[in-house]
Amino acid sequence: MVAARETVECVARTGVDQYRYGFETLIESDKAPKGLSEDTVRFISAKKSEPGWMLEWRLQAYRCWLTMTEPTWARVHYPNIDYQDIYYYAAPKPKKPLSSIDEIDPEILKTYEKLGIPLREVAILEGVEPAPGGEPSANRKIAIDAVFDSVSVATTFKAELKKAGVIFMPISEAIREYPDLVQKYLGTVVPISDNFFARLNSAVFSDGSFVYVPPGVRCPMELSTYFRINERNTGQFERTLIIADKGSHVSYLEGCTAPQRDENQLHAAVVELVALDDAEIKYSTVQNWYPGNSEGKGGIYNFVTKRGDCRGKHSKISWTQVETGSAITWKYPSCILRGDNSRGEFYSIAISNGFQQVDSGTKMFHLGKNTSSRVISKGIAAGKSRNTYRGLVSANRNAAGARNHTICDSLLIGDKCGAHTVPYVEAKNSSATFEHEATTSKISEDVLFYCIQRGMSQEEAVSLVVNGFIKEVLQKLPMEFAVEAQKLISISLEGSAG
Amino acid sequence: MPLLEIRNLHVCVEGREILHGLDLTVNAGKVHAIMGPNGSGKSTLSHVITGKPGYQITAGRILFKGEDLLAMGPDQRAAKGLFLAFQYPVEIPGVTTMNFLRTALNAQRKARGQSGYSTPHFLKKARTVAKQLNIPQSMLKRGVNVGFSGGEKKRNEILQMALFEPDLCILDEIDSGLDIDALRIVADGINAMRSPDRSIIMITHYQRLLNYVVPDVVHVMSRGRVVKSGDKQLALELEASGYAQFEDAA
Ligand SMILES: Nc1ncnc2c1ncn2[C@@H]1O[C@H](COP(=O)(O)OP(=O)(O)OP(=O)(O)O)[C@@H](O)[C@H]1O
Ligand SMILES: [Mg+2]
Repeated sequence: MVAARETVECVARTGVDQYRYGFETLIESDKAPKGLSEDTVRFISAKKSEPGWMLEWRLQAYRCWLTMTEPTWARVHYPNIDYQDIYYYAAPKPKKPLSSIDEIDPEILKTYEKLGIPLREVAILEGVEPAPGGEPSANRKIAIDAVFDSVSVATTFKAELKKAGVIFMPISEAIREYPDLVQKYLGTVVPISDNFFARLNSAVFSDGSFVYVPPGVRCPMELSTYFRINERNTGQFERTLIIADKGSHVSYLEGCTAPQRDENQLHAAVVELVALDDAEIKYSTVQNWYPGNSEGKGGIYNFVTKRGDCRGKHSKISWTQVETGSAITWKYPSCILRGDNSRGEFYSIAISNGFQQVDSGTKMFHLGKNTSSRVISKGIAAGKSRNTYRGLVSANRNAAGARNHTICDSLLIGDKCGAHTVPYVEAKNSSATFEHEATTSKISEDVLFYCIQRGMSQEEAVSLVVNGFIKEVLQKLPMEFAVEAQKLISISLEGSAG
Repeated sequence: MPLLEIRNLHVCVEGREILHGLDLTVNAGKVHAIMGPNGSGKSTLSHVITGKPGYQITAGRILFKGEDLLAMGPDQRAAKGLFLAFQYPVEIPGVTTMNFLRTALNAQRKARGQSGYSTPHFLKKARTVAKQLNIPQSMLKRGVNVGFSGGEKKRNEILQMALFEPDLCILDEIDSGLDIDALRIVADGINAMRSPDRSIIMITHYQRLLNYVVPDVVHVMSRGRVVKSGDKQLALELEASGYAQFEDAA
């Protein structure tokens, strides 16, 4: 397998303690004072030149947050977070407002190049006409919004998207330029009174992506956001809002990395998806936040709320995630299947190694008639990690004919790790059919030896077996990212066998 | 120089000695058959030669092409030309047979300092070999051994042997579970591999296979040792009188 070979070469280049993306970029930044108060919220809102309604919304969220304490039900353990010891806003100091990619700090561009995200390359492509008679290679292009610490530094392909009527821009800009759209949808899927981390996000989110696809439009390219935490002691709270209007279609991918740090960093994002009648949203994540070192020191706390609302009939929302990073992951991308005949999908690969802790899964809320959902979760635990799948499937009284099929497989590598499956099923409608299949297996010595006897190294053998285990899910990712994901998986499992 | 030379091999599994000073010499170009009662240590021997973890070698040595085999990792041994057709081939879900074959073959080639095969070259080679063994293309697209019948699994082992072109092939009960037609195909596959530089060790309980693939040397193993060696006549004697006469010798 080419990919497996590449990944192994990749692994060979990487030391045990070497997280590939763990460099730091030295640039001046503009920070809010440490700690959280109404003033912090006002500071952020002012920095973003937000309208009054936005500030009010944030303040309301902040007050909601104050009334709540951190959730403790997840199977993860970490020391108390001191919310007053975090910077809630850090922006690379721009010399002046940016109007083109050339004005971005070259240090930042370099960072993205190191990450393999070719902002510049993509920007060069912009405006280039396809060769005469040639097919516009739209599907090869990927529009990228890059978020560095708290602000979006570059969005590519804006013009071409605009031609199709697609709005893709930093949410901070959308709040100013499309206040009606933002006001209509923001907080309608994850309200400000939602969970602890979502409330926190609503109060202090600094940037993120906004996407609106108008009725009947098939977005001409993949949309993508790369998140990068660079500053020390900085929380990242991005907010993504994607609206697919009637009969439209959009595929979106987010990627995340952070430098290696001894201290833990908080990432509390919120993603809201709205699919109207006959619309389809495909949301893919390749999450590779710094997982901490081999002794369990440092790493990102990834406490994220992702929820999609299949608001219209025959709408569809599909979550695909590859989770390899973070010290702690607390994340349940969910679908509210409100429209009749709507469909929700969740395809997940969650890999934990070292001291990583993952508590992840999905929630499928069947509200409309004949709604269907499908869940395939592949958890892989290695090292001393804990990997829990937590999934909820519920059918409302009105959800006649609701159907769910869940497959939840766990693979253990070594004997110091743990995998758990916690399914919750609530059917208030007798015509609902829910099926749940779960398996837990250990990567078998006999299988490894079989591969190694055929000439593969230990790493290649593990990589091959793991890739086989996750294949069903990997196939759901856009092509380019499937290859990237395969590499990440091998890197994160490195040193886990033998 | 013999291709394989084993001297005074003592092997323990979980503290219990299974091989008690085994000697075996295999010269290049020869086909050897190893027979012996259940539990006499035949599969253990094949695992130790190929380097499966979990066995403690407490004494003795194994030389392959004059080199100390026990100092090499199992993947190195494979790259050096050692192949084992397993008594119980494993299943690997989600990994297509084609993908598996290619990953393995290119890993071996890389270890030998050869360049990897290109996809079209590899596909052509794999398809040709599969055809000779009457293995349908559809089987190559399925997960390795997943849902294969016993006979199909064995044919898949022979396919790998033919593709990797090893110098020493150890076939552990390659004939078990085969119907008459499949046995023929497998035997033809083995015979096609016979060459002056290649040696084959067949572990078997039945004369049936040896009628098709006629061995140069036959060994009897009992209680962790080779207790008798002879020519193909020895196998016929065993068929007639069983192992009882050797139990005492061991
Ligand atoms: N992993 C193990 N743990 C404990 N005992 C083992 C292990 N592997 C092999 N043995 C023992 O070693 C002895 C030899 O087993 P082996 O599989 O080599 O026999 P065999 O000659 O191949 O038998 P068969 O003809 O039935 O295949 C048996 O008594 C077996 O129980
Ligand atoms: Mg045996």
